Amino acid sequence: MSEVQPKDFGFGEDEAMLQDSAAKFFGDNLPADRLHALVAADSDPHRDNRCQWDPDLWRQIVELGWTAVCVPESSGGVGMPLVAAVALAEQAGHAGFPGPLQATLMSTAVLRACRTDAAGETLAKVTDGMALSLAMSNAQGGLEPEDTGVTVDANGNLNGAAHFVQEARKVQALLVSARGEAGLGLYLVDAGADGLSIAPDVIIDLTRDQATLSFAGVSAVEIAAPGQGEAALLEALPAMLCIVSADMVGAGEWLLQTTAEYATTRVQFDRPIGFFQAIKHPLVNLMVEIDNAKSLTYNAACAIDIDADNALQLARMAKAQASDMAVFSGSRAVQFHGGIGFTWECFVQMFFKRQMHSQMLLGDGPYQRRKLAEMMIGPVAA
Amino acid sequence: MADTPVNDSPEQAEFRAYCREWLADNHPGRPPLRLPQGALEVSDPEALEWLQGWQKSAYDAGLIGCDYPVDVGGGGRTNCQTIANQEMFAAKTPYLVNTIGLGMGAPTVFFHAREEVKQQLLPNLFSGEEIWCQGFSEPGAGSDLANQQTFARRDGDNWVINGHKVWTTLAHFAEWMILLCRTSKEDKYNGLSYFVVPIKGALGNGATVRPLIKMTGETGFNEVLFDDLVIPDLYRLDEVGAGWKVAMTTLAHERNAGQMLTPASGGMPIDDESGVSTGDPASLIALAKRQTRHGLSAADDPFIRDEIIKLCIRSEAFRQNRRRARAPLLVDHAQRIPLQTKMIVTELQQDMAKLAYQIEGLGSSLATTDPKAPDAGQWPQAYMNTFGITIAGGTNEVQRNILGERVLGLPKTK
Repeated sequence: MSEVQPKDFGFGEDEAMLQDSAAKFFGDNLPADRLHALVAADSDPHRDNRCQWDPDLWRQIVELGWTAVCVPESSGGVGMPLVAAVALAEQAGHAGFPGPLQATLMSTAVLRACRTDAAGETLAKVTDGMALSLAMSNAQGGLEPEDTGVTVDANGNLNGAAHFVQEARKVQALLVSARGEAGLGLYLVDAGADGLSIAPDVIIDLTRDQATLSFAGVSAVEIAAPGQGEAALLEALPAMLCIVSADMVGAGEWLLQTTAEYATTRVQFDRPIGFFQAIKHPLVNLMVEIDNAKSLTYNAACAIDIDADNALQLARMAKAQASDMAVFSGSRAVQFHGGIGFTWECFVQMFFKRQMHSQMLLGDGPYQRRKLAEMMIGPVAA
Repeated sequence: MADTPVNDSPEQAEFRAYCREWLADNHPGRPPLRLPQGALEVSDPEALEWLQGWQKSAYDAGLIGCDYPVDVGGGGRTNCQTIANQEMFAAKTPYLVNTIGLGMGAPTVFFHAREEVKQQLLPNLFSGEEIWCQGFSEPGAGSDLANQQTFARRDGDNWVINGHKVWTTLAHFAEWMILLCRTSKEDKYNGLSYFVVPIKGALGNGATVRPLIKMTGETGFNEVLFDDLVIPDLYRLDEVGAGWKVAMTTLAHERNAGQMLTPASGGMPIDDESGVSTGDPASLIALAKRQTRHGLSAADDPFIRDEIIKLCIRSEAFRQNRRRARAPLLVDHAQRIPLQTKMIVTELQQDMAKLAYQIEGLGSSLATTDPKAPDAGQWPQAYMNTFGITIAGGTNEVQRNILGERVLGLPKTK
């Protein structure tokens, strides 16, 4: 299946430059102590549920054009392959970046799959700096396209509720999947629209924002007509899986390197603890899991542009691997930091929690493997 | 698999077409006798002879040693061994029996021996006419390889060797041995030197080979005793005291992280009917579909399904890691992925064989010698044999030390 793919995953000089500049940008502007000051200033579980991020940093990212890397040139974007978005998402994960980059990149993939004039116009707005997020899931946390809790009426107005919506308070608009008479459609709703209420969830992940959206006759722009939405979501799914996987790869690498460095400085029994194989070997195992997730993610991202028939299978493999790795990376990082790793003040906790959250987005390892088993082994006999 | 026709250089493309055509006409067909699962288990002289015949024909056709210079018996090509390997795997040809010579002896001799020794030894190594073995491990030098006690004493233009080597695979057939031993007791690492030893010629005259029996009941590896074995200084590789450096060349190639790609063939199913191979986890799907397990189809068991998919993911990840390791823009640390290879490949094979026998349920209790055994009992047998590869070549625990120290910068064990 990789036979038709280029050796370098389509990751060329332009993509490498983008990745390097993203690494430098986050390194300069969002080192872990700054992130901690930004999102973890208050440890009180009953603190105000404020949106903790740096809108100015986000403005700089938009000005750098990163949200438009995968917007087609026909909509004014950069038109790079998906590996470019993966490279950015990886760096955002490495920094634990609290902003709607991941949400906007994922929404872009859905818009591209719609192939309507309205989708093209919306993509042009992304080029101009509009941040977007997807509203697709019901109260049960369903992951199939049909699992939306929103309906569209005959006048094109939305009713119902969307759950587990990422970065809802940081975006200007939402891409909502809604059920109509003729099937599933996709709709663009302004974040400030009449009849839309955004109730923030209280979440564990300090680096993200999540909300429950209620729709009461909200007017919306049709992006994909009823009956067309499911195919668009399915087509965009590999890209969305890759983007979330890349975030976990980046965060996993931060956890690995931070923990390895700690293990060379923390001394017990007269030796740095990294001398002991009880520390050394699991860190190597973590490195292997990260490398596996990274290569699978780049492979799947490359397949989206070059080997579309296999893209979903490869992307589910990437997400399954990255999700399991994510939890492993967090667990080893806390454990090997010992007592300090268990504290609020230690930076590890922010990445530990982001990994827990990312793991579940679009389905965790067991879910992806169940889907893969259906694809690769076939259905279970009744 | 990852190097693809569309990425071939002109030389590679031409060579690929040649290999494909030659293999189509010259595949040796099914062996006249049942072969063991891998080259490391060969103990029957008839099996050896048949496998040597196959290796010689592949060498004569130019498919082995392609990237070595012509004057040492190679093909003088550039990056073509990978093409030959891919085509041999695709053609499901038998494994190459002189695997220790090809994987470890050849690159070590090539990089460290004198010119005349290279020209003397490498052609018959490539052709498989002379089998090679490796004298590294000792009773007291396993993971701590530098703790060598076998001693070579200089005697004019000769060396006199005394000591005891263990786990010496293929020594019972070998003409030559690569030998790491001590030439000075002053310094653990700088007191080592490296030789090639004409072991067959020395049998009964300074060298004794005794078979060791593996947990499976098979032979294939040995212990080797040296009692005043005399060899000429000509067969020393590199300087006296540089043995550890030379051993690193051997080990890097053994772990698939060396400069020369090891010629490799395989993929011929052990049992024609099963079509299941340890190299391909997708073949476990076929096994699960025709196996019942505790009275039900194994393919419907949710535990088995999940485990099969996990292995498919690991296998795909391994292939994609190798591909990424060759994409310079996606590599942060040059040794990070190559140094994982030995550990990953062997654990993947072990876990595949384990799952395969577990898919068989109670059927897996039957030994290879019981005619009722599913797939001729090869899966529980393969599972046991995989411990050879997770232990040999530096245990996977030592591999983890190396990775932790060289790649993650953790403090050294030694």
